[in-house]
Amino acid sequence: MSGVVGRRLRKLDSLKKATGEAVYADDISLPRMLHAKILRSPHAHARIKKVDFARALKHPGVMGVLEGKELPGKYGIIPWTQDETALAVNKALFIGDEVAAVAAVDELAAQEALELIDVEYEVLPALVEPEAALADKANVLHEGNKHGNVTKHVDLTFGDVEAALAKSAAVVEENFFYAGSTHTPIEPHCAVAQYDGEGNLTVWSSTQIPHYVHRELSKVLGIAPARVRVIQPFLGGAFGGKSDPFSLEFVVAKLAMKLGRPVKCLFTREEVFWAHRGRHPMKMRFKVGLSKEGAIEAVDSKILIDGGAYSSFGLVTAYYSGQLLTGPYQFGTYHFDSTRVFTNKPPCGPKRGHGSVQPRFAFEVALDMAAEKLGLDPIEVRRRNFIGQNVKTVNGQQITSNGFLQALEAVEKASGWKERKGKLGYGKGLGVAGSMYISGTAYPIYPNDMPQSGIQVKLDRSGKVTIFSGASDIGQGTNSQVAYLIAEEIGCDPRDCTVVAADTDLTPVDLGAYSSRGTFMVGIACVEAGQKLWALLSQAVGEKWGVSTEQVDASWGTFRGPQVDQQMSFRDAVQLTEAKFGTLGATGSYRTEKLGGDYRGGTIGASPAYSFTAHVAEVHVDVETGQWKVQRIWAAHDCGKAINPTLVEGQIEGSVYMGFGEAAMEEMTYYPSGLHKGPSLLDYRIPTSVDTPELSAMIIESVDPKGPHGAKEAGEGPLHPVIPAISNAIYDAVGVRFTELPFYPGQLFKMLKEKKA
Amino acid sequence: MLTLPPFEYHAPMELADALALLQKHAGKVKLIAGGTDLVPNMKHRLFMPEHVVGLKQISELNGVRGEGGFLVIGAMTSIADLARNPRVALLFPSLARAATAIAGPQLREMGTLGGNLCLDTRCVYYNQTHFWRKALGYCLKKDGTVCHVVKGGQKCVAAASNDTAPVLLTLGASVELASPNGRRAIPLEEFYVADGVANTVIEPNEILTKVRVPIPRAGLVTGYQKLRIRAAIDYPSLCVAVAAQQQADGKLEWVRMVISALGSKPHTVKRLEGFQGRALDAATIAELGQAAHRQCHPLTNINVETGWRREMIPVFVRRAFAEAMK
Ligand SMILES: Cc1cc2nc3c(=O)[nH]c(=O)nc-3n(C[C@H](O)[C@H](O)[C@H](O)COP(=O)(O)OP(=O)(O)OC[C@H]3O[C@@H](n4cnc5c(N)ncnc54)[C@H](O)[C@@H]3O)c2cc1C
Ligand code: SF4
Repeated sequence: MSGVVGRRLRKLDSLKKATGEAVYADDISLPRMLHAKILRSPHAHARIKKVDFARALKHPGVMGVLEGKELPGKYGIIPWTQDETALAVNKALFIGDEVAAVAAVDELAAQEALELIDVEYEVLPALVEPEAALADKANVLHEGNKHGNVTKHVDLTFGDVEAALAKSAAVVEENFFYAGSTHTPIEPHCAVAQYDGEGNLTVWSSTQIPHYVHRELSKVLGIAPARVRVIQPFLGGAFGGKSDPFSLEFVVAKLAMKLGRPVKCLFTREEVFWAHRGRHPMKMRFKVGLSKEGAIEAVDSKILIDGGAYSSFGLVTAYYSGQLLTGPYQFGTYHFDSTRVFTNKPPCGPKRGHGSVQPRFAFEVALDMAAEKLGLDPIEVRRRNFIGQNVKTVNGQQITSNGFLQALEAVEKASGWKERKGKLGYGKGLGVAGSMYISGTAYPIYPNDMPQSGIQVKLDRSGKVTIFSGASDIGQGTNSQVAYLIAEEIGCDPRDCTVVAADTDLTPVDLGAYSSRGTFMVGIACVEAGQKLWALLSQAVGEKWGVSTEQVDASWGTFRGPQVDQQMSFRDAVQLTEAKFGTLGATGSYRTEKLGGDYRGGTIGASPAYSFTAHVAEVHVDVETGQWKVQRIWAAHDCGKAINPTLVEGQIEGSVYMGFGEAAMEEMTYYPSGLHKGPSLLDYRIPTSVDTPELSAMIIESVDPKGPHGAKEAGEGPLHPVIPAISNAIYDAVGVRFTELPFYPGQLFKMLKEKKA
Repeated sequence: MLTLPPFEYHAPMELADALALLQKHAGKVKLIAGGTDLVPNMKHRLFMPEHVVGLKQISELNGVRGEGGFLVIGAMTSIADLARNPRVALLFPSLARAATAIAGPQLREMGTLGGNLCLDTRCVYYNQTHFWRKALGYCLKKDGTVCHVVKGGQKCVAAASNDTAPVLLTLGASVELASPNGRRAIPLEEFYVADGVANTVIEPNEILTKVRVPIPRAGLVTGYQKLRIRAAIDYPSLCVAVAAQQQADGKLEWVRMVISALGSKPHTVKRLEGFQGRALDAATIAELGQAAHRQCHPLTNINVETGWRREMIPVFVRRAFAEAMK
């Protein structure tokens, strides 16, 4: 109606970020504020015998200290697997695990005081490799866990996989390893707490899940939720790395309560590596069977997931490692067996493309291998297996819209695949891969019947539209999306919207920025709230002009009727409406429908809509050194409908670059002691602007029947195919396959040498 | 954020004042040029000087000028200025190339040539926070007793990681060191020693004032190749610097190769006299590559596979010469 949706618009807050006006958690400074620092375990696995603060308390700058037993309440993002405490109560489970905290007049004093805390440890054997942790029944990280060192084991079968493999014309059986990686948001975690004389606790935190932080703070600190307020300020990136409650949030809150002064804690870059929650390392064995025509008859996987020290989202990870693989291709039969294991390393969690980027890599490479055996073109084999629209996957997920074929065609055309594939000469190659991802999940983390997302809109005679949104804008642009969608419905200029967001005192509940749920779920809530207001606005204006509500139109701040002279400003329209109906406001919400397969775990991975992606990568290999370069990546993503194409392209580009970094150079590596080999941005290399490839981002719009204006997710899906597409392109270029990440040039050099010999 | 340990900052205007401060606070003082090496090291508590003496204000340490048969480069010349200086680019393309390969744009504006030549050696077990090193159990370069690179080793082998040093070595440069007792000039070849704890002969009371590079005759070709995983902001995993003086007939008068980022001292490839009088053709270059390969053995002081780093030596020697002769 009003031409906001689908337009290229600047984000509402981009200038604030560009000029430095935006206030991030670390920019917050309160009168009398103290600085906290957290003491961390230098042992990968140790029992804490004694924490002695005597020397630290003598430091003139120190105002207070905190130890584990003052905050014994367990927390964790998944209610069934809460196994974290703010500071270790009994055992430290990795090098970097939190043991004690101090609050001091400044950061330096706090850091100095850490050196003065004496902790007596009983060092326990460190279980660094998942196989060792799995085998060790005596040495259990979480004592009392009835599955030993296993977080979760999932074993699901759909159809007779063995029989299907037996009748397959080509069977590929291969081992894959996906190295762990981390998010590296440029803003480190930071939290500030204030406890007022009335007993109200306010915590500002760089979180992407204010609602869960709210719940967990209330629970662990023993304060009624009505007395706790969580505010998410501007966020400098998250990517899933800020979607757990973190120790610092509890530490600053408790210290503020104890000391009666505001307390801030800002992680160092190294501490961000300890906090981690990044991509799980996965050791994967895949069997893929294809018929003579290339139909995927059977997929069978066995996956060992290295979870690190705590559960985090691990229960979901174990499911996602299998549940999200069943599109965009039709699987004849499917079996997966995934085990997540605790190890004495920083905890893994959800990183962009949670749980499914790793098996996607393995599967898309295996599919290429199978296609090669059959002499089929890699794009053709993917096209033949297209699952279609409005179908159920083999594991019972309902697919609605599906633009995968168009995506595949777009990258095929743009890359010149037909003309160039196989003709580039030795050292140059093309590779393809596809993928599917969720737009939010039917599983609301803690079971409840309340909405997953909510919106409240206030309109008044000034013409200002104030939108109260619970959703977390972590840079992806949710706050702008919310304004575009409301403006679309009520005909205002989106720039006249003020979005008040992610403040648990002011905004309705939203579950947070994860599972690519924002645009879809909060978007539906916006459309509902906007339509309610439009009903009032169009009625008041229609009456004034003596026309029906259907004849009233509005866009970008102007209302129009059927006659040329029937025109009025948005502000005048609001005044008419306010006069007629009284004070104006409306709410909208998103409720999850019942979805998923009818079996235990069948709702995990069930989403109201799935996005689809196809990539082609062109890689040139320097055969003398093993160094390789992605010449260009063509990435086509079906996001249903691009509410703002510029933001969608930004998400595609960001996803591709993040995946490229994982393929090229990122890896969380540890010494046998459990010590991370280089927890810094110098040693843990992420690509710079000089490293990142040229990229063509293409938007495919399948217009989903359920999404707001047809929209689906765009933030995580486009990451998946990058890595297998590059591996497949390297194979096409030089005939050797990377089945392990990252694709180090030294390794390629070795593989090329071995091949020659 | 990682904090800086507290210190008193001095900003003398004259070299003599800076030298006096070094003398006065001996044992408790560090010089700072651009600070791009020292500041992170202080944040890591590798150095905790009570006094820090800034060299920015001392004008005689600045600038690039010709002097006799030499190009004289002040120690405080920024890496960025070095990289964009037209005389440097014309006379010593390898030096300009090495400067451009250092760190990233902002760090090149801050960092200086003197600081680069005096760069602390680097090691994966050393350039870490205090907490990290404590969890490791420290090492003999700082706070500890063992080496984690050479197990059972009694000598630190942290890597010389400065990009300009190998190039300036191939160019026959010398450095001037000032102390309260006067000034001494020493060939860069004698400036570096094979000791990872302190890999230069500079005394604690000395300041590096300038670098002198002999202006070449016609026929000098120079090249530089740097191996790194990331295309920017990455210390070298391997540096290969080459220089060759050709006569009018194209025959070699001399050839030098320096391989670095392997051990504590940039390695000047030995026994190249036999190449005198030969043409700088593919066969000669291949032999030069083999000579360098034989003499160099990378260590695990860098988290990049040693085997590959070694295999890249002949490739990079060839590429450095190819670039040199472009
Ligand atoms: C992220 C990052 C990446 C980097 N990458 C590279 C790289 O790729 N290659 C590379 O070579 N370097 C690299 N560096 C290191 C550094 O930026 C450069 O080497 C720079 O040239 C150092 O100069 P500076 O003036 O900043 O040194 P400073 O930090 O000021 O000094 C370094 C040391 O030299 C001493 N010193 C400085 N000037 C003098 C003098 N005139 N006389 C005596 N002693 C002196 C100081 O006391 C100190 O010990 C990197 C640094 C960072 C932070
Ligand atoms: S080489 Fe050995 S002694 Fe030197 S810094 Fe590295 S680990 Fe320490």
